[in-house]
Amino acid sequence: MDFTLSKEHEMARTLFREFAEKEVKPLAIEVDETEEFPKATVEKMTKAGFMGIPIPKEYGGQGCDVLTYAMCVEELAKVCGTTAVIVSAHTSLCCDPILTYGTEEQKQKYLPDLASGKKIGAFGLTEPGAGTDAQGQQTKAVLEGDEWVLNGSKIFITNGKEADVYVIFAITGMIEKRGRMTKEISAFIVEKGTPGFSFGTKEKKMGIRGSSTYELIFTDCRIPKDNMLGQQGKGFGIAMHTLDGGRIGIAAQALGIGEGALDRTIAYVQERKQFGRAIGAFQNTQFQLADMATKAQAAQFMVYKAACTKDQYTKDHKTSYNVEAAMAKLYAAEMAMEVTTKAVQLHGGYGYTREYEVERMMRDAKITEIYEGTSEVQRMVISANLLK
Amino acid sequence: MKVVVCVKQVPDTKGGVKFNPDGTLDRAAMLTIMNPDDKAGLEAALRLKDQYGAEVTVVTMGLPKAEEVLREAMAMGADKGILVTDRVLGGADTWATSQTLAGAIRNLDYDLIITGRQAIDGDTAQVGPQISEHLGIPVISYAQKIQIEGDSVVVERQYDDRYHVLKAKMPCLITALAELNEPRYMTPGGIFDAYKAEITTWGRADLKDVEDSNLGLKGSPTQIARASDKVRKGKGEKVALDPSESVEYIMNKLKEKHVI
Repeated sequence: MDFTLSKEHEMARTLFREFAEKEVKPLAIEVDETEEFPKATVEKMTKAGFMGIPIPKEYGGQGCDVLTYAMCVEELAKVCGTTAVIVSAHTSLCCDPILTYGTEEQKQKYLPDLASGKKIGAFGLTEPGAGTDAQGQQTKAVLEGDEWVLNGSKIFITNGKEADVYVIFAITGMIEKRGRMTKEISAFIVEKGTPGFSFGTKEKKMGIRGSSTYELIFTDCRIPKDNMLGQQGKGFGIAMHTLDGGRIGIAAQALGIGEGALDRTIAYVQERKQFGRAIGAFQNTQFQLADMATKAQAAQFMVYKAACTKDQYTKDHKTSYNVEAAMAKLYAAEMAMEVTTKAVQLHGGYGYTREYEVERMMRDAKITEIYEGTSEVQRMVISANLLK
Repeated sequence: MKVVVCVKQVPDTKGGVKFNPDGTLDRAAMLTIMNPDDKAGLEAALRLKDQYGAEVTVVTMGLPKAEEVLREAMAMGADKGILVTDRVLGGADTWATSQTLAGAIRNLDYDLIITGRQAIDGDTAQVGPQISEHLGIPVISYAQKIQIEGDSVVVERQYDDRYHVLKAKMPCLITALAELNEPRYMTPGGIFDAYKAEITTWGRADLKDVEDSNLGLKGSPTQIARASDKVRKGKGEKVALDPSESVEYIMNKLKEKHVI
């Protein structure tokens, strides 16, 4: 077992760090304050190839592994949680299911523009009455001739109004399962601008405020029959498998937020003086920092392990990574919340102000315990595997 | 069109400068980067590649570790990397370095050679022009803008308060300023490709038409007595005075510091 990164990964980290420091960090406060989607940053990430890192070159991506992608999200999140989730939702929740479940025509049609960043992707599963209970959804798709007609709405959609391509889930019928009638769910690719597809309210959020989080509304929205993603009735499995991968992205985001808060706290406690010495000289501070760093390191190992396991899956589909992904997200998200809370505490009154970025990081951290499966859902996934 | 770019791996001064007990730079203990002026030169070459389909070959002289800077250049889009490394080439000053690089470049086809103006660890700005001298081709230094016109290059050469527009027939050599452009980032896929690609490694025996007496420490007329970190300037002092008073004030300060 070797915990050292390859030279390629080290160089990739240098690239992501340099980009994050130079292009993303200077805008992070403004993005949070104005709640505006950082379009210019996304354009720069597009140029640098960050929007299609794990997508094969034949579909216009960078052809790198999942670990490289996770490291990109991690480094972006160290300076701006919003920018990190834009990349994560686009890559894991839109590019990945099209790559995994799309027909060759669908891959050729959508992936080159998505992987190059020319178009942005999003994913719509959650509904007002269907969060953790994904089976509770109401959006319906009915086949009429050569078209599926979608009716319903999706909420809390990351990259909502900025995206161009959406992976949407809808009920396509009822089927009998173990003697009970259950909803048959299917996945679809929906393009922005399709008649009947509109946007509802923009969410006003606690954190990741520059992320474009919208309600998507479908009113007699007609999409070509060929835009069904995967087989009819396999939507629930597609959604769950997609979220397994998405969790690695969110775990990497949480990891980065925690590490970013730790970096700022290490700098602050060496500058801030109380009782005639730097607060870093007090044992309480030292012990807090030690705990924060240890947990961040543990989270990093778990996130990298999950990413490497997904890479194994790419080579051999018998490998499963859902438990690794759930553990990484559960631990990294809770670490991010704990570390950012401690970071604010160690910053004292200044930490509570918007001038010091740990305040924003604490707000950004919270969502990582909620979206793409709450921490409770992760515990369900992990324990279900233990007790099967 | 074929472009050769010379790059140097230099210490990243942001991480602090470290010295050996004998006063020479402890390069192994410092983080390294691609010299900023060289990076601008590489970007200029890559733009020629984007525009005219130029083939870009990057050459560096240094320790085997300098291979990293070639991988970085290739991750940005350069086509080939050549590392010139040999124990007998160690300790070279600008004269021996330019002789070495010219000896390597004589093996290559080129229309244009681009070097950085100067390296941040030596600050001499001599190697580029010396290479052109050894190869017998024109040089335009301090380029702030480069354009191709037929078989010539038109370059804006930076001057103190203006710039000169110079035209030279290719093959020629240009030294680039960091202000020339904003270098592109490497791409993630480019990094992995760069590590799969082969780097050509040349030693003394591969250098063409160079005398041993012009190489390495022995071939270096300049001997470095001591290296030191930059003396950081203080913040200075700002005063608001009438012109008549300010002259007296400055004179007193200069006397106080024994400048006059």
